[in-house]
Amino acid sequence: MNLRRLIVIGIPFTWLLLFFLVPFAIVIKISLSDPAIAIPPYSPTLELSGGWAGLKAFFSQLDFENFTFLTLDPLYYTAYLSSLKIATISTLLTLGVAFPMAYGMARAPEEWRATLMMLVILPFWTSFLIRVYSWMGILGKEGFLNMILLWLGIIDEPLTILNTNTAVYIGIVYTYLPFMILPIYSTLEKLDLSLIEAAEDLGCTRTSAFWLVTVPLSVPGVVAGCFLVFIPALGEFVIPSLLGGSDTLMIGKVLWEEFFSNRDWPVASAVAVILLAILIIPIILFQRNQQKQLEGDQ
Amino acid sequence: MAQSPRPSSSPTNVFAPWNDPNAKPLIQFKNVTKRFGDFTAVDDLTIDIYEREFFALLGPSGCGKTTLMRMLAGFESPTEGSILLGGQDIVPVPPNKRPVNMMFQSYALFPHLTVWDNIAFGLRRDGLGKDAINDRVKEMLRLTRLDKFAKRKPHQISGGQRQRVALARSLAKAPKLLLLDEPLGALDKKLRNETQFELMDIQEKTGTTFVIVTHDQEEAMTVASRVAVMDHGKMVQVDTPAGIYEAPNSVYVADFIGDVNLIEGNAKVDGNTVSIHFAEGAAPITAVCERPIADGQRVSYAIRPEKISVNREPLDDRANHVKGKIEDIGYLGNVSTYHVRLPSGELVSALMTNSRRLARRDFTWEDEVWLSWTDTAGVVLTE
Ligand SMILES: Nc1ncnc2c1ncn2[C@@H]1O[C@H](COP(=O)(O)OP(=O)(O)OP(=O)(O)O)[C@@H](O)[C@H]1O
Ligand SMILES: [Mg+2]
Repeated sequence: MNLRRLIVIGIPFTWLLLFFLVPFAIVIKISLSDPAIAIPPYSPTLELSGGWAGLKAFFSQLDFENFTFLTLDPLYYTAYLSSLKIATISTLLTLGVAFPMAYGMARAPEEWRATLMMLVILPFWTSFLIRVYSWMGILGKEGFLNMILLWLGIIDEPLTILNTNTAVYIGIVYTYLPFMILPIYSTLEKLDLSLIEAAEDLGCTRTSAFWLVTVPLSVPGVVAGCFLVFIPALGEFVIPSLLGGSDTLMIGKVLWEEFFSNRDWPVASAVAVILLAILIIPIILFQRNQQKQLEGDQ
Repeated sequence: MAQSPRPSSSPTNVFAPWNDPNAKPLIQFKNVTKRFGDFTAVDDLTIDIYEREFFALLGPSGCGKTTLMRMLAGFESPTEGSILLGGQDIVPVPPNKRPVNMMFQSYALFPHLTVWDNIAFGLRRDGLGKDAINDRVKEMLRLTRLDKFAKRKPHQISGGQRQRVALARSLAKAPKLLLLDEPLGALDKKLRNETQFELMDIQEKTGTTFVIVTHDQEEAMTVASRVAVMDHGKMVQVDTPAGIYEAPNSVYVADFIGDVNLIEGNAKVDGNTVSIHFAEGAAPITAVCERPIADGQRVSYAIRPEKISVNREPLDDRANHVKGKIEDIGYLGNVSTYHVRLPSGELVSALMTNSRRLARRDFTWEDEVWLSWTDTAGVVLTE
């Protein structure tokens, strides 16, 4: 019995240890090292042949220089702030688009719902990269959007959308929409319609019943969806680098440049460690929300 | 079981507006039909319900009781016919504009609000002042004895308490018409009896008209001024509890309400006395019948078990006597049901109070006994 419990608990723990904690420890270690022109491009590297003295020497060479450096160069904290801003705004935009869609799905006739759900998930079956590329084709100066708007006579000159923050917002909203729709849909679908009737019976109009009953009861889904969009959007790299312009500053892009353009692994690691530290707060809040929702269901 | 329709009303001033041709009904259903697709849930129904009535809907599951209530509350509109409230057609009026509140079969309490806020919900929509709301909610909490649970959420209280919250919430706005869809189903017997009397008390005090759906006949008998027995979207009989019980108009109603012995036979009419020949060689049953019956018609004779007396010897003052053998005795504490097999094969149940201790009971299994009853004890039914 005890052995079985040990195995059941042990497997996920071993998994976490091997594929999350160990790599993360390595990243922390690199963030505390100094850059070097070598392979790998940092020092010191761990040499077990040096014995106890070697180990001591290794630890004495680690320091917080890279973190101090991040606070000195305004590039980094403006990138963090700008990422937070872009992630927040795009989360709210996604919510604005997703809620009506989820609501529509939940109120659609029963036999339609599976099909609608399918349509929401379907884009995931093609490569994310291809889908972002196709947005370049849509949003560009000679893209579909401008062509249609020009043809309809709504605009005289093509709009500049590609390579601006607007394009980044469009890209994020588009990409993460399903993550917002699905949790909201699942709370709305569970919602007992007799609650709406009870609200109307007690004097609510359709609209006030929506705000007083439907919206508060969909909060757990909304919160879950917001986190599911916000967390990955904060570290997003592909969308800002393909759709964003030179003034789009996001920490994911900075990280990439540090790693691959500057080959400054220690600074890049420090950037990643701080990004994770920032994300830990919303992740914990997200877990709390899920927990509360589970308790509420019982 | 049968009681006077209004316990509080004096015999000289019986509450019976349905017998008064000048009384104005509060609710009028006029040839109302409700179809879902090609399924008819309510079938060409016409009924008047009067102010201050406690109107009970009784019927098997799926006979259209909830549908009827939902049409009154405004959640469904009739496919045909019209519904009038105080003389006005309410079909086009949305639910939030009707002076009607409903207690839902599923309670439909708002899970995100406390008991207090649930009860205050309707009052807030009316834009009442804070103090007025507080007073009213407190009153409702006291009435339903929920004072201790005001701060809790619906998932933190028991099923019976939830039911009381739903009741308090629907009562809070003091509606003209209150619809109760199986309001007391989840309560234990004692609490249910108490709540029934509370409901009657509330009704007496507020003058609200109640329409109540129930599966519990005893409940309908206790609380209602009139009972409607429904079947397949039609009202088979609408009458006072005593009327329904003592003078059912059909085999369906007689069988649905309470226990009944049904004996089929051919009628032989002599004035208003009917002799029912139910078996070869057996003495016919004599019954007084007000309804016209054709000579030789096939009829059902319905008689309640408690109207039949079980004795060693036939009782001379009764019009009907049959001899039989006790096949089974159901002991229920205060009463016992005797299942007696007649020589002609019928099984008749008779109910006797247990005025003696069990050990000193007069009869036991296999005993030969005489069943006696008067000629007015049963009813002759043709439907
Ligand atoms: N929205 C609907 N669509 C289709 N059929 C319905 C709908 N609502 C009710 N019905 C049908 O109408 C009939 C009457 O339903 P109703 O809910 O009025 O029954 P009820 O008398 O309240 O039964 P119960 O005692 O089980 O609550 C049922 O057969 C039900 O299946
Ligand atoms: Mg029902």
